[in-house]
Amino acid sequence: MKLAGFLLLVAGGAIAAIAIAILAAKPVMTGFLLAGIGVELIGLTLVFRSHIPPKLKNQAPKREKEGQA
Amino acid sequence: MTPAPITAVICAVLIALIPLAMAGLALMNSGMGRSRSAAHSLMTALTVAGVAAIAYVVCGFAWQSFSGRPAYALEAAGKQWNWIGADRFFLSGLDFDGSPAGLAACFGVFAAALAACIPLGAGAERWRLAGAVASAAVLGGWTYPLFAHWAWGGGWLAQLGPNNALGIGFADTGGAGAIQALGGLTALAIAWILGPRRGKYSPDNMPAAIPGHNSAFVLFGCLLALIGWTALNGAGSILFYGVAPARLGLIAVNTLLGGGSALLVTALITRARFARPDASLSANGWISGLVASSASAPFLAPAAALMVGIVAGALVPVCIEWFELRLGIDDPAGAVAVHGVAGLWGLLAAGLFAHFPDARPDQWIAQLAGIAALLGFIFPLTYGVNWILNRLIPYRVAPDGERQGLDLHELGANAYPEAAGYPEDYIQR
Repeated sequence: MKLAGFLLLVAGGAIAAIAIAILAAKPVMTGFLLAGIGVELIGLTLVFRSHIPPKLKNQAPKREKEGQA
Repeated sequence: MTPAPITAVICAVLIALIPLAMAGLALMNSGMGRSRSAAHSLMTALTVAGVAAIAYVVCGFAWQSFSGRPAYALEAAGKQWNWIGADRFFLSGLDFDGSPAGLAACFGVFAAALAACIPLGAGAERWRLAGAVASAAVLGGWTYPLFAHWAWGGGWLAQLGPNNALGIGFADTGGAGAIQALGGLTALAIAWILGPRRGKYSPDNMPAAIPGHNSAFVLFGCLLALIGWTALNGAGSILFYGVAPARLGLIAVNTLLGGGSALLVTALITRARFARPDASLSANGWISGLVASSASAPFLAPAAALMVGIVAGALVPVCIEWFELRLGIDDPAGAVAVHGVAGLWGLLAAGLFAHFPDARPDQWIAQLAGIAALLGFIFPLTYGVNWILNRLIPYRVAPDGERQGLDLHELGANAYPEAAGYPEDYIQR
């Protein structure tokens, strides 16, 4: 998951940079730039999730159950 | 073009004041850690600043270069995409007679040193001196110069104005992106690579509060940082954006407004949550306001600078708590939130609130391109480099050293010898 996250980060950066380099029409370029940032955010989420210690990952459902009880 | 002598002198004086920002950060990092690692924290800051400066002089400026000097460029869609400088090593061929390139090299030496001090806050109390030095060498010699070239050295981000009619191109007058966000993202990589401090998370998964040992250090560090940040914002604005020295007053006011409003908001939030304002988090809020103001201090109206600071101050306590509670990131000085998150916010805010002279519209798109470059290229690069370095020179101190404190373990003496002998620290658990 960590590697996939970093690959998505780089891919998002590449989409943004290439869009700026080759697209002339501003609305299209802006759309691809935002899409690139979106891909980066997905990648960042994956990287964050891959670094959460397993204990903390299991913690959230446990707390929810406690709350329900 | 050589600036007027008085401008060059003002710029040189401002550059000479930048180390106060480093001093402020070093004091804050030391104060936010425990007393058993206080001397190590300051010693690491000094060493890291020196090493980053040396690496920058050896090869960093060659990669960063300055607008109009030699650089490598790719051609796409009939335009030049300048991606890295091609200057000479050891600052050879530069005139230090007040020329902009010479002044930019001097600025870069201090900026690289400052950027290298930022991750120390995230790695406090467990990052070995050797690892920190290796990381700083790469940051000063490669990572910082690369992004600084894109933003300030006539690189592709700076050229977004002329090439794509996006405002004035990526704007970052005082280094909110090139210094702060870059340092904050490196801090995140370091916090992940090192893992949390021993005893930070209890067996039932709750993070323990590990209070700093000296709030006076932390708060005095904030005051020192204000002077350093004002100098940083002023020097960067004059050097890279041709701002007239007459605007230094506005730069100083906006820097203070950013820091002050951010501190106020953080203090209010912590008061609402814990019944009293938290000094340590409020200090973090202050620095986050300074960081956010760095992106566009000379081009913000004072009311806009207030707004930038308010948002930065609101982001900091939320992010610090979220990182610690939900994401398991142990960042003793809050470097990721203070420098990383606030730096990125400052860059975005420059596109939303700043009024650049003779600018085309769509400045916000140029700012987003800079943020995308930081997240998509610089962050994976800095994480990857530090991951490899950690394999070669293990970053984390041995468990015994962490228990003893880094002062005794790595330096052989405590910062406060009269108070030495923390019996609980020597009990083998």
